[in-house]
Amino acid sequence: MRREVPLLITGIVGVVFVLQYFIPHWPFSQVNTWFSDWFSIVGAFAIWLGALNLLKISALKVIGKKSDWGYAIVIIISFIIMVAIGFAEGKEFREQGTMFSWLYEYVYSPLSATMFALLAFFVASASYRAFRARNLDATLLLMAGFLIMLGRVPVGDSISFFLPENYQFSQVASWIMTWPQTAGQRAIMIGIALGLVSTSLRIILGIERAHLGGGD
Amino acid sequence: MRVGKSTFLHLCLAFSLSLILILILLTLVSAQEVDSLRSSTDSAYTIPDSGLVLVAPVTSLIAEDYKYDDGEQLKLSWVPSIDDQLVDSKVLGYRLFRSIDGGTPEILAKLPPGTNSFLDRTVQRERKYQYYLETFSENFVVQSIVTAAISPEREWLNLDRGWLFIIALFISIAIIFFVEKAKRGHKLYVRKIAGLEAIDEAVGRATEMGRPVLFIPGINDMDDVQTLAALTILGRVSRTIADYDSQIFMPVSRSLVMTAARETIKTSYMAAGRPDAYSDDMVNYVTDEQFGYVAAVDGLMVRERPATVFLLGAFFAESLILAETGNSVGAIQIAGTARPAQLPFFIAACDFTLIGEELFAASAYLSGEPRQLGSLKGQDVGKGLAMSVIILGVLAVTIATAWDVEIMHNVHNWLLGVFSSN
Repeated sequence: MRREVPLLITGIVGVVFVLQYFIPHWPFSQVNTWFSDWFSIVGAFAIWLGALNLLKISALKVIGKKSDWGYAIVIIISFIIMVAIGFAEGKEFREQGTMFSWLYEYVYSPLSATMFALLAFFVASASYRAFRARNLDATLLLMAGFLIMLGRVPVGDSISFFLPENYQFSQVASWIMTWPQTAGQRAIMIGIALGLVSTSLRIILGIERAHLGGGD
Repeated sequence: MRVGKSTFLHLCLAFSLSLILILILLTLVSAQEVDSLRSSTDSAYTIPDSGLVLVAPVTSLIAEDYKYDDGEQLKLSWVPSIDDQLVDSKVLGYRLFRSIDGGTPEILAKLPPGTNSFLDRTVQRERKYQYYLETFSENFVVQSIVTAAISPEREWLNLDRGWLFIIALFISIAIIFFVEKAKRGHKLYVRKIAGLEAIDEAVGRATEMGRPVLFIPGINDMDDVQTLAALTILGRVSRTIADYDSQIFMPVSRSLVMTAARETIKTSYMAAGRPDAYSDDMVNYVTDEQFGYVAAVDGLMVRERPATVFLLGAFFAESLILAETGNSVGAIQIAGTARPAQLPFFIAACDFTLIGEELFAASAYLSGEPRQLGSLKGQDVGKGLAMSVIILGVLAVTIATAWDVEIMHNVHNWLLGVFSSN
């Protein structure tokens, strides 16, 4: 039963969702909204599981004085402050001018932006490795990347001014993006769509059970 | 009677003058008529005395049921006022009025000039609705005809999606056919996927080095099929980890993923005969916030230095940050996502990348189960269909453009109709 019930629920829900896409009539027209609401409710309760798990792991780290336990203290204190202020400010805790929004805007957002900013450096290091002309494929990648980057900045057209207009770097970059790039991306998208159909069918029919722990 | 020469000259002069006068009068009259005619054809004109800016009403106002819905919408269409089509339009807009069950009309919407349709989403099936439009200028209002009473209707099938249904049905039948064929023992060839072949090696490396395996299932929730695909792979990976007596860490950004992942790993450990080695702490929740999660995972990578990192699921801007950090700690990395925009980052920074469909094929591939492999074969039928349609479309457009062959124009339009349906 522990295996059969989830499989049955998955199968029924899967079939109903497929049908609701093609049948506009009630009750199929409401299925999407109902399931969305149910998912939100389950998710809202589950967040407590996550939050308690985070607190438990951090507390155990502090109590056991495990390595880097100082970070765990920061997590616990930050968590308690945000939750306490959020509850104290009631329903309007997200409004402009509240302490909660101040903390979000001036503490969390800059920290988040700092993490995002790291991307610039990581793009540089990853590009350096990807663009090393070790073989024919990597060389083609390097050339395409070089042309695209030149074509996307004004200096590209300035240094290719002597070429016919259609062969200047900005035009070449547009051509690469419009045709070969789009063709490649669409091929991947078609594969993904078919993979989705296949995976969904396996799950609906109960052939795929690995997400329930695998086995038969 | 003799008429004198001078009298004759006077008569001629008088006649000429009369003729000229008549001609002038006729010219004036005809000019006035032309002006009057012109005024009558230009409807957006100002009457000098009243100062009204007259405008023509909308025409051909039609209210009809919106096709293929649950009886929740009525569609209105009309030809805008002729004055709305002039360059220097005097029409300031339209007011749409609605009467319910023959009651007093009430204003439903104010619409800008140039509007020629409206979708009324606030209707009920048991009521009858009538509509009319007022066209207004700065000081003049004119009303259109009132539509016939109409009620919205429910439809059972969305025929706009008919072709999509047929294609989906065809692919589904093909998949089920190959699943059944595989069940009966028919051998199927599936090409090798390097990223999946490397899983045992990657887990073995972690075991030998005495370092953990880090599994990241993307940052989306359980309602994303990529997360589901990641968990199916987790089932196989955690079984190998349990067999090798290695260690796994799985920080997640969604509570539901945490509970599902725990269940998956637990069952795998039990299947491997090592339930005692399982701990709930293998999977822990961090935060729903994207970059908060990235900071936590990056920190974990730098401190714990995992030997193997799996990045499988839905990733966004954090993909490269995670992959580059994993690369910097010397981990062997196997990544996979169905988000094309993130694939180049994974290809640049990871050792193996499952591209799109390979992520979904992974579980079937790893299980080696004939039924699951059969479903992969069914996908190939879909690919064959896609390739045939692409070739047909390219040929149709090329021939239609080069030689103006009507049948090819028709084929092109038909294909557009089939694949543009919503």
